[in-house]
Amino acid sequence: MRVLACIKRVPAVAGRMVLTPDARALDTRHLGFTISPHEECAVEEAVRLIEAHGGESVVLTLGPAAAVEQLRDAMAIGIGRAIHLETGDEDWDAESTAAALADAIRADEAAAGPFDLILLGNESADAGGYQVAVRLGRALGRPTVAGIKGIAVADGAVRCEQEVTGGRDVYRLPLPALVAVLEGLNTPRFPSVPGRLRAKSKPVSASSPARAAQRLELVRLVVPQGKAKQAEVLGHGPESAPAVVAMLDGLGLVR
Amino acid sequence: MTTVLVLVTSSDGAPDDVALQGLSLAREVAAGEPLHALVLGDEAAAAGLGAWGATQVHVARHPALADIAPGAAPDAAARILGDLADRLGADVVVGPGTEPGNTILARTAARAGLPFAANCTVVVPGAPLTVTRQRWGGSLLEEAVIHADRAILTVAAHTVAATPVPGGAAPVTTFEPALDDADLVVRVVERIPAAAGGVSLADAKVVVSGGRGAGSVEGFAPIEELAGLLKAAIGCSRAVTISGWRPHTDQVGQTGTKIVPSLYIAAGISGATQHMAGCKGAKKILAINKDPDAPIMSIADYAVIGDLHQILPAISAELRRVRGG
Ligand SMILES: Cc1cc2nc3c(=O)[nH]c(=O)nc-3n(C[C@H](O)[C@H](O)[C@H](O)COP(=O)(O)OP(=O)(O)OC[C@H]3O[C@@H](n4cnc5c(N)ncnc54)[C@H](O)[C@@H]3O)c2cc1C
Ligand SMILES: Nc1ncnc2c1ncn2[C@@H]1O[C@H](COP(=O)(O)O)[C@@H](O)[C@H]1O
Repeated sequence: MRVLACIKRVPAVAGRMVLTPDARALDTRHLGFTISPHEECAVEEAVRLIEAHGGESVVLTLGPAAAVEQLRDAMAIGIGRAIHLETGDEDWDAESTAAALADAIRADEAAAGPFDLILLGNESADAGGYQVAVRLGRALGRPTVAGIKGIAVADGAVRCEQEVTGGRDVYRLPLPALVAVLEGLNTPRFPSVPGRLRAKSKPVSASSPARAAQRLELVRLVVPQGKAKQAEVLGHGPESAPAVVAMLDGLGLVR
Repeated sequence: MTTVLVLVTSSDGAPDDVALQGLSLAREVAAGEPLHALVLGDEAAAAGLGAWGATQVHVARHPALADIAPGAAPDAAARILGDLADRLGADVVVGPGTEPGNTILARTAARAGLPFAANCTVVVPGAPLTVTRQRWGGSLLEEAVIHADRAILTVAAHTVAATPVPGGAAPVTTFEPALDDADLVVRVVERIPAAAGGVSLADAKVVVSGGRGAGSVEGFAPIEELAGLLKAAIGCSRAVTISGWRPHTDQVGQTGTKIVPSLYIAAGISGATQHMAGCKGAKKILAINKDPDAPIMSIADYAVIGDLHQILPAISAELRRVRGG
């Protein structure tokens, strides 16, 4: 079978969000880059499916030149090859992203055959648009399900499980299909040193699509004003226990 | 004149909280003009929506959807919503920023070839419509313009208060929507009930969480002990789940569970933005950390400085002593 994973390079923010002077992007000068944990699970699942069923796994991203780093990371854990849609540094809205991804997928499928399964993250780490998967599914005319934490492929269909209040819902989609997954789907492996070395020689095909007018147009970013305060220190070490229990009592949690 | 349509998801006869928050946000956009609500099948949930600001309620009933929840056939729900928006000439379509809400509204937008703004906290009426929406799970906000004749958006969960309209009432009409087989390909075919027992993280009143500072699987023993005494759910950070110390179902944060307890106890957790995105709904936060300058100290209400492996057992012992005495 053929499986595709779609990933997006994002800054690995940990502490405070710092903006560029025009407030249209994060200041990433002091940051590393990563992909969403949801997408890490999509990549891992693609590798596992090919290990189990045979075939080819491909990773696809639309992003700046440096996003080749994330493509290599995916190939280091076992993805076969990569497609890079190279952009400038500006973000693309979900609509134009999905359109460019759809074009690239159609072109790859014309050359190498259809993808049985296309895996995406449920939402991108930065934009959180919750829509690239369903737009792509619509463009390709394939069934799409989101919010998935369990996948099994058998008999030309994919069985997908979703956590809901009170249990799990099961969907069964005929292949080819798209699935947007959540962290917790699997436990992604860490790349090995030989895996990293192999990834260096795996093929990356690159092209540069044109950026369409943005119909969800980012005007500016704002860092929300948290309740900037300093915690009241109840004490140091185990001696603080009575003060903590008094606080718990105040919240009605002791008696 | 602005016509606004709101998707009100529901379960067992009660509208979802976030859907009512969507109605409140939509009321500001409608500003006295018609405010239509769409309910999928659930007539009981439709009955009271006038009291939440709707001026006309539409209930879609279809035999193929009789026994499944709105989110369980998302393409069908998206088509029903889009067709009704066409019929009413809606300028703005609003839904709940929940997992099912976001996927349904995204599909409605994709079908119509329109942009979609997920998880909005503010909507400024006007043409074009301007919104403030959440990025990074709410750790960053974006002001954006929706360039379209019809704006499609969801309200970010628990960012807008659902406010009732005293004495409000709305007529309810039921209709059978048009659906094709293609709209029903993606649907729930089976529901597996959860094993009973345990406190659910999402609904827990108290959560005791451990981070990398817990150090190991065994390092969670004092966390489990205190959680037991407080009838609390156990949580953790992503550093813990990727180390394999706890299952991902325990992870709090942007890509884990979003929690809203009265008290959140975070032990050995530094307070990364993606972790805080999941627990900023907590009424009170107690941080236990050996580093007095950890980022969590500027978000927490209370702090204890020191080694969690000594502090947590001491708190449990003191709790037992006070309760026993
Ligand atoms: C897109 C994205 C999504 C993410 N989603 C999530 C998410 O959903 N949830 C999440 O949690 N993270 C998430 N992360 C990861 C996040 O950025 C942090 O890496 C993670 O939260 C760190 O976990 P931690 O606080 O346990 O570890 P650390 O940051 O390493 O902090 C450990 C803390 O423990 C303290 N400590 C150490 N030993 C002790 C001791 N003996 N006693 C007391 N204190 C001690 C240290 O002082 C330190 O403050 C995400 C990251 C990205 C990029
Ligand atoms: N620039 C991109 N390149 C490749 N895949 C993307 C890109 N943006 C989003 N995606 C995929 O679409 C998912 C949902 O993104 P979003 O709709 O922005 O929340 C992500 O988790 C990725 O799998």
